[in-house]
Amino acid sequence: MACLLASVLTITLLAFIVGEILFKAWPAISKFGLGFITGKQWSPNREVFGVLPVLIGTTASSFLALLVSLPLGLAIAIFLSEDFFPGPVRQVIRFVVETLAAIPSVVYGLWGIFVVIPLVQQYGAVIAAKFGIIPFLAGPAYGNSLLTASLVLALMVLPTITAISRSSLVAVPYTLREGSYALGATRWETILKVIIPTAAPGIVASSILAFGRAMGETMAVAMLIGNSQRLSWSLLSPSNTLSALLANQFAEADGIQVSALMYAAALLIVLTLGVNIAGEAVLRHTQKATAGLR
Amino acid sequence: MTSTAATSARNFFSHAGKKTSFLRLFRNHFLTGLCIALSLLTLVPLFSIVVLVIQNGLPLLSTNLFTQLPPAPGMEGGGFGNAIVGTLVMVGIALFISVPLGILAAVFVNEYASASWLATLVRFVAKLLTGIPSIICGVFAFAAVVMTTHKFSALAGGIALAILILPTILLTAEQSLMGVPYAFREASFGVGATPFQTIWRIVLPEAMPAIMTGVMLAVARAAGETAPVLFTALFSQNWIKSIMEPTASLSVLIYNFASLPYAYHIKLAWSASLILVALVTLSNILAQVIFAPKHR
Repeated sequence: MACLLASVLTITLLAFIVGEILFKAWPAISKFGLGFITGKQWSPNREVFGVLPVLIGTTASSFLALLVSLPLGLAIAIFLSEDFFPGPVRQVIRFVVETLAAIPSVVYGLWGIFVVIPLVQQYGAVIAAKFGIIPFLAGPAYGNSLLTASLVLALMVLPTITAISRSSLVAVPYTLREGSYALGATRWETILKVIIPTAAPGIVASSILAFGRAMGETMAVAMLIGNSQRLSWSLLSPSNTLSALLANQFAEADGIQVSALMYAAALLIVLTLGVNIAGEAVLRHTQKATAGLR
Repeated sequence: MTSTAATSARNFFSHAGKKTSFLRLFRNHFLTGLCIALSLLTLVPLFSIVVLVIQNGLPLLSTNLFTQLPPAPGMEGGGFGNAIVGTLVMVGIALFISVPLGILAAVFVNEYASASWLATLVRFVAKLLTGIPSIICGVFAFAAVVMTTHKFSALAGGIALAILILPTILLTAEQSLMGVPYAFREASFGVGATPFQTIWRIVLPEAMPAIMTGVMLAVARAAGETAPVLFTALFSQNWIKSIMEPTASLSVLIYNFASLPYAYHIKLAWSASLILVALVTLSNILAQVIFAPKHR
């Protein structure tokens, strides 16, 4: 009986979380409606709230992180699933990647402040001076920028990509590899033309789930992205994400601002849940697909 | 004439064959090298993080860190004993709520109703909960606890962390229960035990080491999280007196002090990082080393 109760509690918890946040967000939802999503201004003093720049910042930072992280994560996943090196060496690399996952977000933030921000500041100015005509690289270059946050995010989602990609690479039946070798293919021809295409759905799933993780990641981003609600196309200028916005403003918010933040939180839930459900669906499909090959 | 043409054609093709095979081999080795280089590249940032945390965290490491309160802005000396206690208290509250709830739900899902739609729903919801950003736990605790009690408190922070770790505990506990051979249950039923007796006396003790692994992983996760406690427990300069008042934690201390313009506070943030990473690593190692062998 207690077990049943605990189960029902777990199920209702999700509904309770969503319901409670929507309830507290209601004043803002009814006041701003969809204008909240398309609005470009966020100024609590004038009670004007719009999250378009923040939504763009959230998507852009997660996408950039994925762009950096996917090639690296895939390389490590291949490294771990092939026998370039004996088992113990691969174990070390695997341990290192798993350690990356265990480091608290706030420590990444601290490290980012003292390592990545100076680097981005130094090279960002050079890049902005040379390629400033391209809107994505326009100056002035700040240390607290979209680029800084994305680089650190890339590091943080690397374990997700590596772990899921690796398990889908390992799940490719060995007979496919043997068949490819028997036709005279080299190792990399086999990897690129047989193994990766077979494992592709799993790699796609890992990317989607990593994207979801990046969107929800809070502390490191809040410490590095510069927290500016101004719309800008440059990677080198400050930006903001939904989660960082929540982290920075909740403690001091009151009145309608709390409701507006709850509204933003509801948007974050919708985005991350959507992305995660898509990722899980692809992953489940993958497991079925590779099971069929055996 | 024809034979020369045939020879030259044969030469041409064999030459081309050699060339392609050379190119193919070269490409093969090049990609191997690239793959290894990219993999090793990821060692660089991790190495940098570990070295910096140790290098900047060690100089201040002393018993004072554990016994004294944080200094006022601009002052030097002191530690963050209150933040360590605060982190432990909030992780404790989270465990107090989520361990019984998670294990009970896991028992239901795996022992009582493993094939029912309700069990499927519980698994699905737990999976969804793992995907919810940690800051949402904080937002929820803010809405449900802070706005109701009109107070930032350790209780609110603990509840936020409890929601964060519930799915981890539930899903690992379910896996652990699944790992108990079915023959154990049959033997227990065979000697006349009720389902409750079987679960309580046979299945749970057998699964306990693996369940504890999940709990330790949850501790590691909760201790390192900042977002759920940031605006639920807030921060405090003083020792915790009751769970109904604002409470310091290691992670929020790092966040707050990292952006202060005082060198000493930044050093404290590094030391707190060192202790936090040590705490998280210790929980992870405990999870894998102490409990795992018995499970196998």
